[in-house]
Amino acid sequence: MTHYYDQHDLERFGSIGENVPELAEKFFDYYGAVFKDGALTAREKALIALGVAHAIQCPYCIDSYSKDCLRKGADLDQMTEAVHVAAALRGGASLVHGIQMRNRAEKISM
Amino acid sequence: MTDPVARSAPGDKAGPATRSLRARRLPLAEAPNQLATLQALPLAREVEDALAGAGLWPLTPSGIEVLQINVGKVCNQACRHCHVDAGPDRREEMTRETMERCLEVLAATSIPLVDITGGAPEMNPSFRWLVEQIRGLGRRVMDRCNLTILETPSHRDLPEFFAAHEVEVVASLPHYARLSTDRQRGDGVYERSIRALGRLNAVGYGQGDPRRRLALVTNPVGAFLPGDQVALEREWKRELERRHDVSFDALYCMTNMPISRYLEWLIESGNLEAYLAELVASFNPSAAAGVMCRSTISVGWDGTLYGCDFNQMLELPVRGAPAHVRDFDLAALERRAIAVDRHCFGCTAGAGSSCGGSTA
Repeated sequence: MTHYYDQHDLERFGSIGENVPELAEKFFDYYGAVFKDGALTAREKALIALGVAHAIQCPYCIDSYSKDCLRKGADLDQMTEAVHVAAALRGGASLVHGIQMRNRAEKISM
Repeated sequence: MTDPVARSAPGDKAGPATRSLRARRLPLAEAPNQLATLQALPLAREVEDALAGAGLWPLTPSGIEVLQINVGKVCNQACRHCHVDAGPDRREEMTRETMERCLEVLAATSIPLVDITGGAPEMNPSFRWLVEQIRGLGRRVMDRCNLTILETPSHRDLPEFFAAHEVEVVASLPHYARLSTDRQRGDGVYERSIRALGRLNAVGYGQGDPRRRLALVTNPVGAFLPGDQVALEREWKRELERRHDVSFDALYCMTNMPISRYLEWLIESGNLEAYLAELVASFNPSAAAGVMCRSTISVGWDGTLYGCDFNQMLELPVRGAPAHVRDFDLAALERRAIAVDRHCFGCTAGAGSSCGGSTA
């Protein structure tokens, strides 16, 4: 193994169940149920997943949900907006900690 | 046959997405080269084996219910995914004489539905005559329309013509938003398509009247299978209503076939092997049982008979029955084994794909 991420590892995701299969089965059943049409459509869930994939920076998830969003009828504008939501949240999460910085700085400053 | 106005509506930034393989004199313009390209791929199994596993080998007709007539390869558009390699430069057109042979077939059989396709079928000079004759025989007519043709000066009255003859309009629109539509079909296509849909609505199409039925067809804009047809139709109806106050009756999701210009794009984008592997891995026995070639005979512009429009473009005519419309033998056609090759994995993948959308 010369690198940490391999595109083809995604196809082998199921092999995680070769050990402790009962947990893998519960996980994959749950995973499948999460993405079904419900109060949110499967397409809306795919766009959320795409945003989350960028927030957690998972290349497997980005691969998988880019394709899934397209299949479910999203276009590149909608997918880009989903990524901006992730970027806004990540950026905002950093920036809002600036208040903590200000609190601390004000506490110890004259 | 090219109508230059078709590509220069006022206010549109217009231009075709590409040019035909034929115009570019590429080897891939020849059907045997397309078949050889597919044959060279490493596949997990052959379509014959997959069909046999589903109890469908040899693949046989289930009863011919549709006569599909491809009246030519001339088109005002040149879409990047076109399996016909149609475009403004093409000259192949069905003659009035060959159309008369098709009408004789209808008169001699009880085939209830005629599916007219192209190219842009409306550009054939005998298109309206053909529609009138078929309707005179009491058969249903479906026109596969690219929408933008309705915005050209010589075809602007087609919505009224369709309505007068109760033609079912099956119109191509890859997406309800501009971005993907223009990427596949050319700049300005989206605007003109939406205008054409509005004019179809204005004469009563797309509002639940079976005599004014308007279906939209979407092909994925890329190397992936279409999504769930029911879910997509719901979203499309909502979005086209919200954005443009446009309505339609049904959405058909069709898988792109690895043929002609879509095949060219798959090769150039490095997606061919993975796409074919996905088609093979997604083989669905239920979809296979409902493939359209089991209920269709497809007539080429020169009168040659095929199992479907895809076999037509790959020049795989019917075998085991006379292969020209002048010798049409319904009983022999219904007894024959349908010609298949690797491209057939496109119709059997996932929820299936036919001229009427998903099959499973």
